[in-house]
Amino acid sequence: MNIDYSQFLNMIPEVTLMALLVIVFIADFATSQRAVIPTSNGEANSSSRAWFNPLVCLLMAAHIVINIFPTTASVAFGGMYYTNPSVGVIKTILALGALIVLIQSREWIQRPDTQFKEGEFYILIASTLLGMNMMVSANHFLLFFLGLEMASIPMACLVGLDKYRHNSAESAAKFVLTAAFSSGIMLYGISFIYGAMGTLYFDDIAAKITATPLTIMGMVFFFSGLGFKISLVPFHFWTADTYQGAPTTITGYLSVVSKGAAAFALCSILIKVFGPMVEYWQYMLFIVVVLSITIANLFAIRQRDLKRFMAFSSISQAGYIVLAIVGNSAMSYTTLSFYVLVYVVANMAVFSVISSIEEHNNGTVDMESYNGLYKTNPKLAFLMTIALFSLGGIPPFAGMFSKFFVFMSAVKGASLSTTSGVLAYSVVFIALINTVISLYYYLLIVKAMYIKPNEKPLPWFKSANSTKLALAICTAGIIMFGVFSMVYSWIDSASIASM
Amino acid sequence: MNIPVEYFIALSTLLFFIGVFGFVTRRNLVAMLISIELILNSVDINFAVFNRILFPAQFEGFFFTLFSIGVSAAETAVALAIIINVYRNYHSDQVNSIENMKF
Repeated sequence: MNIDYSQFLNMIPEVTLMALLVIVFIADFATSQRAVIPTSNGEANSSSRAWFNPLVCLLMAAHIVINIFPTTASVAFGGMYYTNPSVGVIKTILALGALIVLIQSREWIQRPDTQFKEGEFYILIASTLLGMNMMVSANHFLLFFLGLEMASIPMACLVGLDKYRHNSAESAAKFVLTAAFSSGIMLYGISFIYGAMGTLYFDDIAAKITATPLTIMGMVFFFSGLGFKISLVPFHFWTADTYQGAPTTITGYLSVVSKGAAAFALCSILIKVFGPMVEYWQYMLFIVVVLSITIANLFAIRQRDLKRFMAFSSISQAGYIVLAIVGNSAMSYTTLSFYVLVYVVANMAVFSVISSIEEHNNGTVDMESYNGLYKTNPKLAFLMTIALFSLGGIPPFAGMFSKFFVFMSAVKGASLSTTSGVLAYSVVFIALINTVISLYYYLLIVKAMYIKPNEKPLPWFKSANSTKLALAICTAGIIMFGVFSMVYSWIDSASIASM
Repeated sequence: MNIPVEYFIALSTLLFFIGVFGFVTRRNLVAMLISIELILNSVDINFAVFNRILFPAQFEGFFFTLFSIGVSAAETAVALAIIINVYRNYHSDQVNSIENMKF
């Protein structure tokens, strides 16, 4: 048996990411002798590996630059791995999200008490990203499963990275148990699809799948397993606890990158593999989307902890992301990728602000500490406001356009003379009403920052340069992705080329 | 020799739902982890049986079983490490001890 090694040329994103992982590992391994000594006052080695974070960020940026031009469609390894322009686009978006996470993590990870796990942090981030890349370009359920696990097992380690803090340990336990449980349910569904079809290749299944009770059951189990990963509503109970307890940087990573990858994988599998059963999964998606958006919005209103609040906000955003799939066309890929891109920059901006304030506020993230922030830190408050406006969908910012495109994609081809068409329109209508509700609670934070009086607002502080850079990238994205249509048309041309 | 496929499916379904029931009702983190292992084992039985009886021409099901066993071992290792960390933080591995964060 000989393997044709030239096949690796079809998977450049994975190869460059693997190279990044190896370089980071060697760099960490070679220099950890000096850095590992924990000091109590933190003075001695606070800058002993100051080059490490810029190195990783530069490598990740190089990874993005190499892969920014989408490749043509190709398959490798006997059809198990496939790639096409739209898969390439979503990989670039995920890598951009990871890059922002890496940049803004610097302030937290180079703190004296967390510095000794800096190398692990980068390696775990890179390996989850590698798993997500495998997941979105899988063409066989085995590779999909391996990619999913490669993304979720290191993620559990990341959630528990702050291992001396009670909340982090608790949230890691909750995350790893639900992740394992959900992948068990997903595998049970896949086993029934295998029993009905006799193959696990996406193309072979798509060619002959019909709606029998067995395949419907397999699909429902599969969907619920993936619903846990995207944290859609009936499967969302772990989300708030995990998001609250995880280190803030990781919460940002978990809420944008991991969710975006799982949503894209769900989109491509539902449309490609379960395409002939569209009338079954469409109804399922209608119910799940309405529940996710509504219930998460109602719960978000009563949260006082900002990270918990963002958890419920991200559940409702996940509902909007999944709404893009309902349309079942090339536009679904486009709008989903665009929504994820805009969500990456907006949500990472919010999390950069939260984590920066957390660093200067003795680690508290409750909403009261934001009262009167405008008086002392006007720039930070302004950037936070822009990001929240974008999440809520207020017009000049990108969030409004991404929501609009998702709604358009959901009702594309729907006619009011069919039941599913009527349902699609009513789901979009409910989502619209929920946009207003979400505006209410996003504006609660804005109100706290600008209007609420506070005797002792958080004193003025200077954010680290890395946080400023991350915020600059995010804000530029929030403003430009909406106004310049070429980003959307770049994604759209990729999706059309890959259909 | 000819055990019909229905028998195996009954066994794996029973195993799956015992696992789900255990996951929901057990109040100990390690017991919950064992319940998850039951679920994964039922999946492995399904794949092996479907491959052996229904589609003996290829070995996709057996390969999936092997990979699934390997991955679940990795998952268990990480989960156990996290449970040990919970025990160090809370001096307990009961579920109701990790209820710091609630609504």
